[in-house]
Amino acid sequence: MTILIRAGMALAFGTSILLAGISAAHEYVAGPLKIVHPWSRATPPGATVGAGYMKIINQGATPIRFLGGSTSAAQRVEIHTMIVDGGVMRMRPVTGGLVVPAGGQVALKPGGAHLMLIGLKKPLVEEDMVPLTLMFDGGVTVDVDLYIESMGAPSSGHEGH
Amino acid sequence: MLRVIRYGAVALIAVLVLGSLAVGLGWLQSGPRVTPAAGGPVIARFNLIDQKNQAVSERDVLGRPSVMFFGFTYCPEVCPTTLASLTALLGKLGADANRLGAFFVTVDPERDTPDELKKYLSPFDPRIRGLTGAPDQIAVLGKSLGVYYAKVPTEGGGYTMDHTASVFLLDAQGRFVGTIAYGEGDKAALAKLQRLASGA
Repeated sequence: MTILIRAGMALAFGTSILLAGISAAHEYVAGPLKIVHPWSRATPPGATVGAGYMKIINQGATPIRFLGGSTSAAQRVEIHTMIVDGGVMRMRPVTGGLVVPAGGQVALKPGGAHLMLIGLKKPLVEEDMVPLTLMFDGGVTVDVDLYIESMGAPSSGHEGH
Repeated sequence: MLRVIRYGAVALIAVLVLGSLAVGLGWLQSGPRVTPAAGGPVIARFNLIDQKNQAVSERDVLGRPSVMFFGFTYCPEVCPTTLASLTALLGKLGADANRLGAFFVTVDPERDTPDELKKYLSPFDPRIRGLTGAPDQIAVLGKSLGVYYAKVPTEGGGYTMDHTASVFLLDAQGRFVGTIAYGEGDKAALAKLQRLASGA
């Protein structure tokens, strides 16, 4: 095989890996942790709180406790649960964090546990990427970017990954 | 004899065809009518202000059917998504949407001032009026419809509000005729709004 053909194949191979990487993108891996598709919704002007959703996967052999996070976009980040109980919405902060079981996952999603970004410094704008540092016990942190979907997005278009 | 049977059969088929056409096109009532339960909830007299600082009372609600949602601007999920959904539904109704009143009543008048509401409602359908004002007036309105809401203190001295997440449907006399539940699909919600708008 000529060197040209080999180079061409290498290029094609490399590009397809790159493209595969991009299409599977918006995942973050840090040791045993994999964070999949962190996202939020655009906020109405004047709103001072936003939400944060993502899947936290623990591929390791020991459980890891997710403690919350911090972002330059808001004063603080908390984990909240939301229950609609008999038509009444109740939101409560989660104290003590959420345990991500060994070989398991925690899904922060609309209608369930989610992050609250409290004291937004400015509105979250659709299609922006907002940096967020996730904190786990043992001093483990993972830097991710929240992708901002539209204000009325019922769920991320990235489901199914 | 045969001719009678033949004519009879044709007539019967004609009736069936026309009948199903009528039902299909909605000329006949094909579903349960939206009727308020006798002695059911009806909005009380109230005095509040909207996001433009204009006085709003029950007189501004009565006279046409309306949708009313109780929420607050510190609510990150249920409230903005309900308002966005309502905006989309009103858009789908087209001209019929003008037959409906639409109100977002804050259960957190302490934080949700008219200016706050104006900013908050700006991305949504401009027909939605945001109501705030004296807490006891909000209570009067909410109670009359059986809306539940409560302040829940959170760590650090703040608070959140538990609140009924459904959208309330009212007829032109201000009587409760149904809800759109949180999470109810758009198709069902649109059908409810269409019935509400046409049953005026």
